Amino acid sequence: MANISSFKVIGINKEIEDRLRERVRALFDKGVISYFIGYRGGTLPWLPRPFIAKRPNEADLLVWNSFLALNLANYAPQALREYLSGKDGDNGAKIGIVATGCWSRNIELLIKENQIDRDQFYIIGISSRGMLSRNALFSMFKDNGYPEEIIEYDHDIEFIFSDKSIKKVNRWELVRANCKSCAVPDPVIYDEMIGSLQGKRSISEPFNEIAFIEEMDADGRWQWFKTAFKDCIRCYACRNACPLCYCPTCFVDDSRPQWLGKSIEPEDTLMFHLLRAFHCAGRCTDCGSCEAVCPKGIPMRLLTKKLIKDANELFDNLDLGVYSPNDPDF
Amino acid sequence: MNSMDTPKKLIQLSKEDLLSAINGLKDVSYTVSPNFNDNAPGPGDNIIKRFMFPQPEPLLFLEREGKDMVHRPYCVISKSSLNPDDDTSHHTISDTVAETIILGIRPCDARSLWLNRLACEEDNLFSRRVDGLIIFGLLCNKGLSTCFCEDVGGGHQDVRGMDVAMIDDGDGELRLWAVSKKGLYILNRLGIYEDDIIDGLMEGATDNSHEKVGDCSLLDELMSKDMLTLYNAPFWQDIKDSCLNCGACTFLCPTCYCFDIQDEAYGKVGRRIRYWDSCMFPLFTLHASGHNPRGEKIYRVRNRFMHKFKYFIERFSHISCVGCGRCIIHCPVNIDVREVIGLMRAVS
Ligand code: SF4
Ligand code: SF4
Ligand code: SF4
Ligand code: SF4
Ligand code: SF4
Repeated sequence: MANISSFKVIGINKEIEDRLRERVRALFDKGVISYFIGYRGGTLPWLPRPFIAKRPNEADLLVWNSFLALNLANYAPQALREYLSGKDGDNGAKIGIVATGCWSRNIELLIKENQIDRDQFYIIGISSRGMLSRNALFSMFKDNGYPEEIIEYDHDIEFIFSDKSIKKVNRWELVRANCKSCAVPDPVIYDEMIGSLQGKRSISEPFNEIAFIEEMDADGRWQWFKTAFKDCIRCYACRNACPLCYCPTCFVDDSRPQWLGKSIEPEDTLMFHLLRAFHCAGRCTDCGSCEAVCPKGIPMRLLTKKLIKDANELFDNLDLGVYSPNDPDF
Repeated sequence: MNSMDTPKKLIQLSKEDLLSAINGLKDVSYTVSPNFNDNAPGPGDNIIKRFMFPQPEPLLFLEREGKDMVHRPYCVISKSSLNPDDDTSHHTISDTVAETIILGIRPCDARSLWLNRLACEEDNLFSRRVDGLIIFGLLCNKGLSTCFCEDVGGGHQDVRGMDVAMIDDGDGELRLWAVSKKGLYILNRLGIYEDDIIDGLMEGATDNSHEKVGDCSLLDELMSKDMLTLYNAPFWQDIKDSCLNCGACTFLCPTCYCFDIQDEAYGKVGRRIRYWDSCMFPLFTLHASGHNPRGEKIYRVRNRFMHKFKYFIERFSHISCVGCGRCIIHCPVNIDVREVIGLMRAVS
């Protein structure tokens, strides 16, 4: 009923993908790692699947392309808990993981917050060229349905639909807003790199996404919130896709005491989103994982974006979202 | 395929005429699916779930009067002072069945109503609500690549669960006929059937009895699998590695009906609500003692598929999935129910 979908990469990403497979296989073979957290192809070309490779030959399943919207750091604590700190964890082998700029910043954060141990991970860094927004893709091709095949070149992407029509788009048109405003696409922490570093990008207006909300008064913001968040179904995909949200019991799930109402009436939805955002204040890397996974296209990332800006202003441009492992303040 | 034979003569009428006729029924409210307007392929927004399972659904209102707690049939709770104009918390519990037309949902969603009845029949509030629904279903000309209704016993032309079936060939004209007695009744009230085809309409009209169903080979196959072998199959491990344990799949699913109940109090008034829950959430099975029989993610992931494709079958002889593909499209990590079915099928 469902086959692995057709996704072809040609050029830069193909080179990275080949190298990644080669390196992961070698790391398995040398006994450096016994697991690897990466992406593989799935049943939909626009939705690669995060997975944990457990055998050397699974290295050949790994993919690298522009559709990797979910932050893989999210899987690190779970993998550690379930695989290394359990029964077969004592041979010294580590968990491998691939990391772009923001994923690595979240890995760093998990280390600093004592969720994972640096020594137990082997990080392969890849500088990010920006990941794409699926929602932008769907709205661009509303009338064509879902693409059945994708071919990615260095700068253009071809989408092939069920009626065999082919649409070619420059990738930058579909790159997510958080990636466009990202100053640090290079990994900040890694054991080895694939491809070269691109250095810090200078972003002239990093917060222009939220300017229109800042201009509103309290009433206007409440109206904006009610409209923008009205379709939220409280599925918590945004929370569960975020590497910051590792609490064993989330305030949302707690029933004794019950911190907030469970309905999708605007007051309850507001409480959920504001509290979630504030729990991410000073920690959010603007990786966009939350926004990317939302089935309803809710712009909840704008809340954390605002908090990044506030943190910058209140704490003297510490640039909290741009972690350096050697930062004494962090 | 399980569709009933299409009657020889169908009513022809434009979408505008149908809408204005429905509009003319003052005592019947209606909701229009976006699919009705543009006939876009695929299931579209899940509008019927809100009627089957309101989110939240008030079950009880209480108000304190001196020392006593008094039942109220309705309640105006000012949940917050944020905006006193919001009346979203104003709910009424009504004993009467309000007739509501649902216009333009696809065969998969219409069938979900029928399937959910199997499990929720004894739930008075559910039954009362869905008894009031009048379904004008819109048959599919083509599906999306994620649709698989036919594999689970439905089909593009399946009219089960509908009261009136409609075909849109893309020229703005609808061809429609009554599938159930309720459908005949509503067409009658709308005054849009012609006498010379009434006999044909009668022929097709039944009450959608549960027995009327032929089904798919997948059902027989899954039915014959050993429950514990499926339960202990090794592939759940890999699936759970990827899964986020969010509620996207179950909350978008038309055949997921699980709920939880909460009491809320605001000053002197309080309400008991029922709201969506998902077997993907840890709280779903948490005992008062603190013990959680599905404490690990793998148990929760497995339950979703075992429930739809084994437990429900054992209990009701049907698959609890209509193949709408919403969970496939919206799962953030590409857990594809078709693939999981394939894995369950391969278990010997
Ligand atoms: S914002 Fe989106 S992902 Fe988050 S709970 Fe709401 S619907 Fe789910
Ligand atoms: S809140 Fe969103 S953008 Fe920030 S770290 Fe979490 S997933 Fe990434
Ligand atoms: S299967 Fe997908 S949608 Fe369902 S809980 Fe897991 S990650 Fe969320
Ligand atoms: S399990 Fe998925 S395909 Fe089946 S009815 Fe639910 S949402 Fe649709
Ligand atoms: S899959 Fe889970 S949430 Fe859906 S009906 Fe079954 S037990 Fe309930």
